Amino acid sequence: MTSQLPALQVVVPLVCAAGCVLLRSAFGAWLLFSVAATASLLTAVALTVQVWDGDVIRYEMGGWPAPAGIELVIDQANVVVLLLLGVIAVIAAAYGRRSIELEVPLRRIRMFYAAMCLLLTGLFGITVTGDAFNLFVFLEISSLSSYALIALGRRRRALLAAFQYLVIGTVGGTFLLIGVGLAFAVTGTLNMADLADRLPAVAGNRAVTGAVVFIFVGLAIKMAVFPLHAWLPGAYSEAPSVVSIVLAAVGTKVAIYAFARFAFTVFGIDVVFTDLPIGEAILVVGSLAMLAGAGVACFQQDFKRLLAWSSIGQVGMIVTGIGLATASGVSAAYLHIINHAVIKGALFAAAGILLIRLGSTSLESMAGLGRRMPLTFGAVVIAGLGLIGVPPTAGFASKWALASALVEDDRWLILIVMLASSLLAMVYVGRIVEVGWFRAPADLDERTAENVDQATAAANPGVVRVREQTSVLMAGPVALLAVASVYFGIDASLPSSLADGAARILTGGGAP
Amino acid sequence: MLAVPLAVVLPLVGVAGVLLCRRRPNPRDAISVAAGVALAAVLVSLWPAVADGARIELWTWLPNITLTLELEPLGLLFATVAGVLWPVTTVYSIGYMRANKERNQTRFYAFFALAIAAAQLIAMSGDLVTMFIGYEMLTLATWPLVAHQGTAEARQGARTYLIILLTTSIGLLLPAIVWTALLAGTTQFATGGVLVGQAGPAVLTLLYAMYLFGIGKVALMPFHRWLPAAMVAPTPVSALLHAVAVVKAGAFAVVKVTIYVFGLDTLAESGGADPMVWVAAFTLLVAGAIAVTRDDLKARLAYSTVSQLAYIALGAALVDPNAVLEGALHIATHAAGKITLFFCAGAIYTAAGLTRVSQLDGLGARMPFTFGAFTIASLSIIGLPPLAGTWDKILLMEGAVNGEWTVMAGVILVGSLLSIAYLLPVSIRAFFLPERAVVGAATDDPSGVPLPRVPIQEAPASCVVPLCLTALACVAMFFFEYELIEPLARVLEGR
Repeated sequence: MTSQLPALQVVVPLVCAAGCVLLRSAFGAWLLFSVAATASLLTAVALTVQVWDGDVIRYEMGGWPAPAGIELVIDQANVVVLLLLGVIAVIAAAYGRRSIELEVPLRRIRMFYAAMCLLLTGLFGITVTGDAFNLFVFLEISSLSSYALIALGRRRRALLAAFQYLVIGTVGGTFLLIGVGLAFAVTGTLNMADLADRLPAVAGNRAVTGAVVFIFVGLAIKMAVFPLHAWLPGAYSEAPSVVSIVLAAVGTKVAIYAFARFAFTVFGIDVVFTDLPIGEAILVVGSLAMLAGAGVACFQQDFKRLLAWSSIGQVGMIVTGIGLATASGVSAAYLHIINHAVIKGALFAAAGILLIRLGSTSLESMAGLGRRMPLTFGAVVIAGLGLIGVPPTAGFASKWALASALVEDDRWLILIVMLASSLLAMVYVGRIVEVGWFRAPADLDERTAENVDQATAAANPGVVRVREQTSVLMAGPVALLAVASVYFGIDASLPSSLADGAARILTGGGAP
Repeated sequence: MLAVPLAVVLPLVGVAGVLLCRRRPNPRDAISVAAGVALAAVLVSLWPAVADGARIELWTWLPNITLTLELEPLGLLFATVAGVLWPVTTVYSIGYMRANKERNQTRFYAFFALAIAAAQLIAMSGDLVTMFIGYEMLTLATWPLVAHQGTAEARQGARTYLIILLTTSIGLLLPAIVWTALLAGTTQFATGGVLVGQAGPAVLTLLYAMYLFGIGKVALMPFHRWLPAAMVAPTPVSALLHAVAVVKAGAFAVVKVTIYVFGLDTLAESGGADPMVWVAAFTLLVAGAIAVTRDDLKARLAYSTVSQLAYIALGAALVDPNAVLEGALHIATHAAGKITLFFCAGAIYTAAGLTRVSQLDGLGARMPFTFGAFTIASLSIIGLPPLAGTWDKILLMEGAVNGEWTVMAGVILVGSLLSIAYLLPVSIRAFFLPERAVVGAATDDPSGVPLPRVPIQEAPASCVVPLCLTALACVAMFFFEYELIEPLARVLEGR
């Protein structure tokens, strides 16, 4: 049984997706999704334990030996992502119970969960696979399901956001496919380990250069690296709350992992960072992203949109660590992948509660609510402090790690950029806090009630118990993530040892 | 050695207690006072053990970085100043907040206690990261206190406060710490410094400047604007936090970094601190001059604080043992003096509703205790015997002359003259000028003739008693100052 775990990581959500469609009840679909999420988390934990000491698990899909068949590879570089995915999936399952009922029409709920299962399948697949073409397939699975999920958003604008993402995302997928195709044309293999073996022989080949560039740009779209970020603000802010949580917490992170895998283990540091100026390019776009993302976030009038722009800035921080291509840089990037997932998860979960309570997530409607919703707003502030990188929050730990990596590499200019983006984060987080606590609440009760009624009536005429409002299942995840964001700041040993392990595998030339 | 973490935990217990009793004001305020008294007792009990020192490793935060608490003379001095004045201020706050019918008092006391916890963490920190954590906690915990009123003016002031303090700490202090960690390979404080032989004079100069400007709480120009901006806070906040805990956390951090990260010898040899001597001297004089021009009493006191903090920064930057001792001593003596002055400002506001120096004519007869205390504290800050401020001026001048900075001795003298110019007029107006017919009902006599004897109209007793106590402390410290700095002096001798 334990030897089948790598396959189960992907197969369980896939089977549950089919089950959700066959089941005729919304509750049943939710139950299946919860099963899939829990099983994935347990699988991820089991796999983490197995590779904790630096082992590598190779699994041959269907028993077909490696270069011909598809191989799944588990090592320290991807169990981090698996764990994150598992945790966020479970949180999404708990959180979705109430929030989906209120946001998505009843007849669509089971299809919604089917798409969620497919999204998980895709994301887990990208992470575990050791085959370049298979990675593309899983990327498409996750992309297609996320288009559908975003389109289920409450407002009609969600359709536009989903369509925008579809157009840009398809371009990204195609670029990745072209890149993988070029590599296949030169080497005659799609298996990552095999590619890594054969590529040095054809070093300097134009097709290899082309492959690297196509794969980088294709994945950069999925990572939402500035200036390829245009799809992200709409997608994050219009999607249903649960989808926002999953996409913001782990969606872009999986693409970042995929890029790191291609760059470090398939093509190798020499090709990507020494022969080609990909590293420098990443540092430039990463720095721009940090400034632009945080800067634009300061001017947003909508809470979710503000968070989305902040994500663009934070992704800039993560890819900067990857672009350094040093052990400490990659470790810092992984640390921030973990910490940012926790922080943004908490924030988008809190945004979902606000949406249900206020019927809107505009900053205007949040005026003076700090006193009425102290727990939700408290979580927002704690997580917000993490975005700024104030100690003792998790954001400080990753900021420290990245700052150390930058100083070590004498990248003083980028260090200044990173600190400047922290200060911009202070501005946008400060705005939220001021609105929440130091602004008088408007004639809130009536307006809110009206909004909520309209919103719910539009979403789901079947549900009457609106005013019962948020449940423990929604508040719990918010509190849990907020506490975790402080805990990982005070005692960073768990995430930092995971991150160090990943960095060791990637930069130490470990086999894919 | 459990008492060291206890100093941080006790105020946190206070926070929890205050929040639990949020619906009942009397038990809530009693808990604040009790936590304060307990903290003061713990800190005083630590003094006999301070010579032995103690290090408590908390946990490894990131590889190579261990969070540490440390019992050390300088830290204990700062902790004691903040911890002993906390219960006194709480008593004062109870009178002030109730008399002025302030809202959101639970939030006020909770964040107040949280700020004290942060100050204790800074004082007891055994490494740079722990200190930085406490430093940022202190900034954030005091922000709601500055914005307490919630008016547009308070929000604006709080914004300035937060932006300047976080910009300096994230923009300069954090990179300075990261750089230190990479140069020295450690973030732990060590007697004699950790940067010995690790960096050239140019790097040391730059790094020292990054620390002194990055520690924005010490309010060196041009990063001093937050302190006047913070004056929108209720007066007890200005008194304890913006005359004692917050600004002295900055001063403490500067002295601590000078001694335990750079090391006096390393700095003296490389001349790395020389530019900062000029910055401190400039701040000392200019802030003093601005204070003279301010009519708003709290603003005048704020600029006076900026000027007085520069004395501590100057003492540190002169890197002479005597001058550094002055810095440490000034943390305590200026605290006692300035908190008294702010208490008086708040008492005047509570009793008479006045905030400007030009309105205080003749008020001395109505509020003899308040203005008596104000005069004592003023004289102490100016540095006249037999008051607390005397010794540190002498030590600082000695340090300046020893270090061949004779010109700085002149700066110190001019600074003292300026402090006479901005502090004494308050007392002179109150005691020697005739009262203007604006205050109270007593002068509303239809004949227009002032009454022969003015009745005493002091603020509530819980405001007046604390300010008399702190004024007495200004006198008492004149006689007991050696005990306060003796342990630190020994550390410096043995460096």
